[in-house]
Amino acid sequence: MDDVIGGDGFELVAAVLLLAGAVLSLAAGVGLVRFPDALSRMHAATKPQILGLICVLVGVVLASHSWSALLVVVVAILLQLLTSPMSAHMIGRAGYRTGNYRRDLLERDELEDDIKRASD
Amino acid sequence: MTESAQDLPPVHGSTPVRKWGGQMIQQAPLLVVLVLLWLFLWGSFSPLDIVVGILVALLVTRVFELPPVQLSGRFNPWWLLVFLVRFAGQVVAGSVEVASKAFRFGTVVRSSVIEVGLTTTSDFVMTLTAITMSLVPGSLILEVDRSGSTLFLHVLGAVDDDAIEKARRKVLHAEVDILRAVGSRDELVEAESRLRGKVSA
Repeated sequence: MDDVIGGDGFELVAAVLLLAGAVLSLAAGVGLVRFPDALSRMHAATKPQILGLICVLVGVVLASHSWSALLVVVVAILLQLLTSPMSAHMIGRAGYRTGNYRRDLLERDELEDDIKRASD
Repeated sequence: MTESAQDLPPVHGSTPVRKWGGQMIQQAPLLVVLVLLWLFLWGSFSPLDIVVGILVALLVTRVFELPPVQLSGRFNPWWLLVFLVRFAGQVVAGSVEVASKAFRFGTVVRSSVIEVGLTTTSDFVMTLTAITMSLVPGSLILEVDRSGSTLFLHVLGAVDDDAIEKARRKVLHAEVDILRAVGSRDELVEAESRLRGKVSA
């Protein structure tokens, strides 16, 4: 059934990848707590997760020595890449429109300028 | 990553998809992707799986009909590869950057919302550019003005003109990369000259 790929070297790479994924997930968690407003938190919630997830999944494939796992992982990564921008956009958009951000922490806000121009 | 003026890519397979196609040809890439997804999920590639996959793909596209995606008909695998490599690099660099900001205790991170006008009028290219910028850590799409081809992004940590201009150029650069891979020729030429103008200015 499952063709075996790789040898002991793969175990080491897998361990490194899993660790990297874990560190990125930790960073996402810390960012979620530490970043000041909803929009900044979206960065923490969605971004390290992408590379983190890829690291973990690739690590799992290497550790499991199986090709069929690779197929499922490829699908999982692609769907993640396609769907996470959508949710990030919808939440970010809603967050901006409902004023769920700290204006004082925005250096520049060209969307506000644009809305002002449109309403003038 | 240098942003030197690169030569125009060679044009491969510039068949005008819409002329002789109709819906089936337009939907062909979608069908192929759906069949591949089916095969990957089953983890086997037997002829029976392929036939069933095609049937399921046809059924799904009939039941959940979507407006057809208008492709330019141009596809350049080499530039697609360049784009993917560059994109992967940005994802890694951005992840490290956002992570390091998260761990920089004692400071409150500031950001900017920037407006970037794209060259393209194609929904497909605009969507891909938006997705790309969404996936690259540090930028988040807040709003899209489809009629004006304008993206509004929240850029984490962009606190001075330099950083803002850099972020703006990154978006335009992503657009050029995508146009090189799947965009129309005219828009590519226009976007490239715009990007060069921005770089030299």
